[in-house]
Amino acid sequence: MNKISLIGLTEFKRLFNSPLAWSILAILQFILAMMFLLLVDDFIAGIQTEVVGQDVSIGVTDVVVSRIYLWAGVIMLAVLPILTMRCFAEELMNKTLPLLVSSPISFIQLVLGKYLALVLFILIIIIMVSLMPLSLFIGTELDYGRIATSALGLFLLLTSFAAAGLYISSLTTQPIIAAVTSFGLLLLLVVFYISGTSSTNASELFVYLSHISHFFSFMDGVLNSADIAYYLIFILLFLVLTVLHLDAQR
Amino acid sequence: MTKKLLIQADHLHRYYSKHHAINDISVTLYQGEVLGLLGQNGAGKSTTMQLLTGNLAPNDGTVSINSISLQDQPIKAKRQLGYLPETPPLYRDMRVLEYLRYCARLHDISKSDLDHAVNNVLQRCGLEEMRQRLIGNLSKGYQQRVGIAQAIIHEPAVIILDEPTVGLDPIQIQEIRGLIKTLAQDHSVILSTHILQEVEAICDRVHIIKKGKTVFIDTLDALKNYQNNKLGANASLENIFTALVS
Repeated sequence: MNKISLIGLTEFKRLFNSPLAWSILAILQFILAMMFLLLVDDFIAGIQTEVVGQDVSIGVTDVVVSRIYLWAGVIMLAVLPILTMRCFAEELMNKTLPLLVSSPISFIQLVLGKYLALVLFILIIIIMVSLMPLSLFIGTELDYGRIATSALGLFLLLTSFAAAGLYISSLTTQPIIAAVTSFGLLLLLVVFYISGTSSTNASELFVYLSHISHFFSFMDGVLNSADIAYYLIFILLFLVLTVLHLDAQR
Repeated sequence: MTKKLLIQADHLHRYYSKHHAINDISVTLYQGEVLGLLGQNGAGKSTTMQLLTGNLAPNDGTVSINSISLQDQPIKAKRQLGYLPETPPLYRDMRVLEYLRYCARLHDISKSDLDHAVNNVLQRCGLEEMRQRLIGNLSKGYQQRVGIAQAIIHEPAVIILDEPTVGLDPIQIQEIRGLIKTLAQDHSVILSTHILQEVEAICDRVHIIKKGKTVFIDTLDALKNYQNNKLGANASLENIFTALVS
């Protein structure tokens, strides 16, 4: 446990040694802030004037909050592979992995440590994203429960991206290839969803396999244990694969 | 004289796909000695060291360090080891002090001993003035010293150094050799090299490998006497080495 947090915190600090983490956070925040502004504007000018006085239960949380989390998830589909590509591929490229392998730590501790660094970074993203919808509390009433489930959903979605990216990063010595491959895999799972919900070739299995399909219920404010289990199994699967692969590579 | 056996590696075999890189190599290292691992490029020196440190798993054979099996109790066995690979495993974006503190904690050095261990190793490797520098900005020689520092920071019983003096200038080579000699007083050292003067200067015993097989293993004096008949008395180390590996 000690070693996991040691590796995790050191890797987390190292993320911020390069401008990459800073620029990712800045650009993500900038784009999401633009989206947020558009959505709020849309709600005030469009939807609010239409539904005023009518007996429709649609509020700012429905329109703005869930969409901002959805957009964050979609953008991170492309961004997280850039973060995860370094984890092992860079160590393999720079031949720094022997430091950790020769130390008295197990591969499980090593992989969990690396993963912990990513999880901490994702937590920062979630907090920064959530600050925007939460800022609306100044002007209106918010559905805090729904914001909480959306944030949890986004957290599970992003940590599942990170686990897949971590595994792919251990397969190659070239960070760029790790990034492209991880992006491909994550996108493929989205394509599964699109293909599974198409009008001609609908397939429940494809929808079920896709990581994004399990995200929607969280944004509706539903905590479905099957969806939570999906993400936990997804994460566990890729972490176990990473440990096995690193061990087999020796 | 019975010295403690610190490394016992028996009948190691390692294949890279079909290439038989290590063919039945056995390595022994006793307490307080410096073992030189010699051979041409590609003979299998680095692979042997990777097998001894658990960075590679042997296809066959066993390694035990200080009587602890590397296969069965890797974590316990690795506590006894300090390893400097061919390329020093340095994070270029970290500062020297920060990096060494990380290495120390990875090797179970407690928080109370941390400062002492780090300062000690900084002083030993002549890195005191570099402590706040970024590793990526250091010269090759200083990077090599940081690499050695991470290998010895936890005072391991066995230190394994893969070509520790490669790429250094003559003065730095002298300094590193001096450092290895002082290390050998309290630790056992295996180092690989293809510089014969280095062997002559610091090694007690030599282990010569050719194409993944052991061709010679004995003390330095025995090596000098070896084949003296064939090559004439007082044959230089170069001549003997050439005769052995060609």
